[in-house]
Amino acid sequence: MHFRVPVSDAERRTGMHLEDQHMSIRFGKIALLASAGLMLASAAPALAQEINLYTYREPGLIKPLLDEFTKETKIKVNTIFLSSGLEERIKAEGANSPADVILTVDIGRLQNAKDLGITQPIKLEALDKAIPATYRDPEGHWYGVSTRGRVVYASKDRVKLDKLTYEELADPKWKGKICIRSGQHLYNVSLIAAVIAHKGEAKAEEWLKGLKANLAKKPSGGDREQAKDILAGVCDIAIGNTYYVALMRNGTNAEQKTWGEAINVVLPTFEGGGTHVNISGVALAKNAPNKADALKFIEFMASDTAQHIHADVNSEYPVKNGIQLNETVASFGQLKPDSLPIAEIAKQRKKASELVDKVGFDQ
Amino acid sequence: MTVSRLPASLRALPRHVRPIPFWMTAVVSLAAILVLTPLASLALDALKGDPDLWPHLAANVLPASLKDTALLLAGVAALAGSIGVVSAWLVTAHRFPGRDALRWLLPLPLAMPTYITAYIYVEIFDAAGPVQMGLRGLVGWTSRGDYWFPEIRSLPGCILVMSVVLYPYVYIAARAMFLTQSASMIEVARTLSAGPFRLFRVIALPLARPALAVGLALALLEALNDIGASEYLGVRTLTVSVFTTWLNRGSLPGAAQIAWLMLTVVILLVALERYGRRDRRYAVPTRRPRVAQPIRLPGPAGWVAAAACALPVLMGFVLPLGFLVREVLRRDWVGLLLDSSFLGHLATTLTVSTVATAVTLSLGIVTVAASRLSRSPLMNVAKAVTGLGYAIPGTVLALGLLTPLAFVDNGLGNFWRAATGERLGLLIMGSTAGIVIAYLIRFLPIAVGSLSAGLDRVSPGLEDAGRILGASPRELIWKVQLPLIRPALAGAALLIFVDCIKELSATLLLRPLNVETLATLIYGNAARGYFEDGSLAALVIVLIGILPVIQLVRSAETPRRTASPSGS
Repeated sequence: MHFRVPVSDAERRTGMHLEDQHMSIRFGKIALLASAGLMLASAAPALAQEINLYTYREPGLIKPLLDEFTKETKIKVNTIFLSSGLEERIKAEGANSPADVILTVDIGRLQNAKDLGITQPIKLEALDKAIPATYRDPEGHWYGVSTRGRVVYASKDRVKLDKLTYEELADPKWKGKICIRSGQHLYNVSLIAAVIAHKGEAKAEEWLKGLKANLAKKPSGGDREQAKDILAGVCDIAIGNTYYVALMRNGTNAEQKTWGEAINVVLPTFEGGGTHVNISGVALAKNAPNKADALKFIEFMASDTAQHIHADVNSEYPVKNGIQLNETVASFGQLKPDSLPIAEIAKQRKKASELVDKVGFDQ
Repeated sequence: MTVSRLPASLRALPRHVRPIPFWMTAVVSLAAILVLTPLASLALDALKGDPDLWPHLAANVLPASLKDTALLLAGVAALAGSIGVVSAWLVTAHRFPGRDALRWLLPLPLAMPTYITAYIYVEIFDAAGPVQMGLRGLVGWTSRGDYWFPEIRSLPGCILVMSVVLYPYVYIAARAMFLTQSASMIEVARTLSAGPFRLFRVIALPLARPALAVGLALALLEALNDIGASEYLGVRTLTVSVFTTWLNRGSLPGAAQIAWLMLTVVILLVALERYGRRDRRYAVPTRRPRVAQPIRLPGPAGWVAAAACALPVLMGFVLPLGFLVREVLRRDWVGLLLDSSFLGHLATTLTVSTVATAVTLSLGIVTVAASRLSRSPLMNVAKAVTGLGYAIPGTVLALGLLTPLAFVDNGLGNFWRAATGERLGLLIMGSTAGIVIAYLIRFLPIAVGSLSAGLDRVSPGLEDAGRILGASPRELIWKVQLPLIRPALAGAALLIFVDCIKELSATLLLRPLNVETLATLIYGNAARGYFEDGSLAALVIVLIGILPVIQLVRSAETPRRTASPSGS
């Protein structure tokens, strides 16, 4: 199957000049040289101390962290940001993979990395001391470095609400009033996985159907867009992550400020449990070529400095105790994270994703 | 006179299988193997598949995503097809206010990537966007419940967004067809006093059919391959399903299976298109065709025509461009532009795209020439194989390339280690070579397709004459074929270059450390929730995209000379 773009006779007739032909030959040569140069340049071996970071977090978001690390240790951090397939890529790259550290959001991905056998266990006492057991792999394959709550945004104008359970989101009293992004988005998949872990699959399906029935519109957009929709009056409450609210309110974008100001944050809980939190975390790549420096980076992520940046600049909840919260985040009230171990929730992700399809959540 | 049906006996006339040099056979076979590699790798993955998955996919995923995909494609086909053919016919056969400008403006949305347009349309037309808020202020509505407004984040919204930027594929093909094919037919019909509508129905539409098929095939594949726009607008196409199956269920086999299903759908579509025009041969007569004198549309009719042609340009180009310009001007754009990291990413984008275009074209030339000169079944099969890449979505292609590329890389690395004792790292995956290979596979069909379309219009007699005069295949390529298909070559180069610059999904997955292209920059910003911060990169992509479009239009639109040295 080839796609033929018919060439008009007019085209054929005009562009025929000798100079052009020379140009195109020269162009080809330059291109060839450039490509050779480019390949050599990017395949050049490491000279100074550096580590290679494969990250699911957008580099712009974590730049303050990386800059601080480089300032402290003089170790340069090379990054590649991927939105998907990072684990598959490292696995394919195999023994020669340049990956040193994997930085991800979402529990499922950390678990996936471990399952694919692309991580290696870390034994660092400082790390185990700094990071509570709920937020790390029992065998030391991954460590959570920050958490975020999956909470409810409620319209300041139209909703008076102090507390709420996740279960209530399926209550018909919210019919036509809830906005949410795609059920297949990993933040929602993890939330649904937590519901399964709490209540079992059948109850979770019922809950998801109830939630689906309450939606004001088909799931789409990101978490911020849900706040925007509340401002626009499309819905009264929405489900989103905590840090987005701080980013909207404190960011430079005047429009997003109005979205952030239009909502209150309610920290929902499971009946008899706490608020669902997800983590961002790090893992040491199995074939890390710069292992010693990579460990320094991972240790740095649990340091007070890094935890402070996580809290203050990224508006997340630090995993380490005693770090001050960002002012906006603190204003949401006291977060009581769900006690279910993160690793238990991760196990239910596949089922959760299938449930989303089954109830036609995104349809 | 120009649309002729050759009797089957004449077409099937046996020709001698001519030998071509070994290097050509080798290069073409290599190209075919390169294209087959990711497919084979995916097939292997698909075979590993877990049997538990299919019942779930068949029950819960595929019906909905097949339906959404079918509706999306049908919608885009109808809307983009009508816009493309009608506007091409209007500006070719008529004169009306603004017509000369519109001939130039109509192809411009080609420069606008679908994912960028989708983001912008949501910004503008969403509930909290300026349009709805403005209306509320005007009419006094207070909440979204007070009024009805079409939802942009929906299937119809997605069809609209895609159509207004993809119609130029149809427009360009249809206009080229009208320009070269229709003069005498139009004039005959006019002397028989056929009105403009009758002309359109009886002459233009049948003539446009092959062009429509070609343009639509390209536009629909773009729509099918897209993941950014459909996902953002909440449309669950097959491509999106491949994605979620792979990511959320950690099932590469499952994703590979859906990808193969998708590929089958595409092959069927294209086969159907081929079958539909099986008996038609279009040949450019040896004498230069005249272009029909456009007739003037008087008064209101002229203004209606002008509006009909201006609307797609406004929606597919002016509106999104205006948004980007406004966002850029609101920022410290000089500072951003001169920022060394931005310039670095720009240089990367241009270099990688240039290299990929050069490599793709070279391979395309050899492939087409080999198939035409040798007429051996092997070379024809190889040529057909090179057409597969365009049908593979970027993500899936990258997925299929990961394993083979890494395999080669590790082989090289181990060899190097054995020989020198040093660690080589990854030569292909660690450099931009991986992206170039992906672009090559993905866009080779454009090169092969346009070049062979160009060559099909050249009488084989010319090459036969060359052979009789003792020219080698290499000389035939350089001295006969290439000069004759220069415009096709230029057209293909432009399309490939722009497509490389716009390409996002394969670039994301295969780029090495610290390397960003403009497209991945935009993606990064959007991923952070600040799409507008990527406005400058988006604007630059669009502006670069405009240049080739302008050249494409110029070569098609400049007044013809009466005699030309390249006359066929």
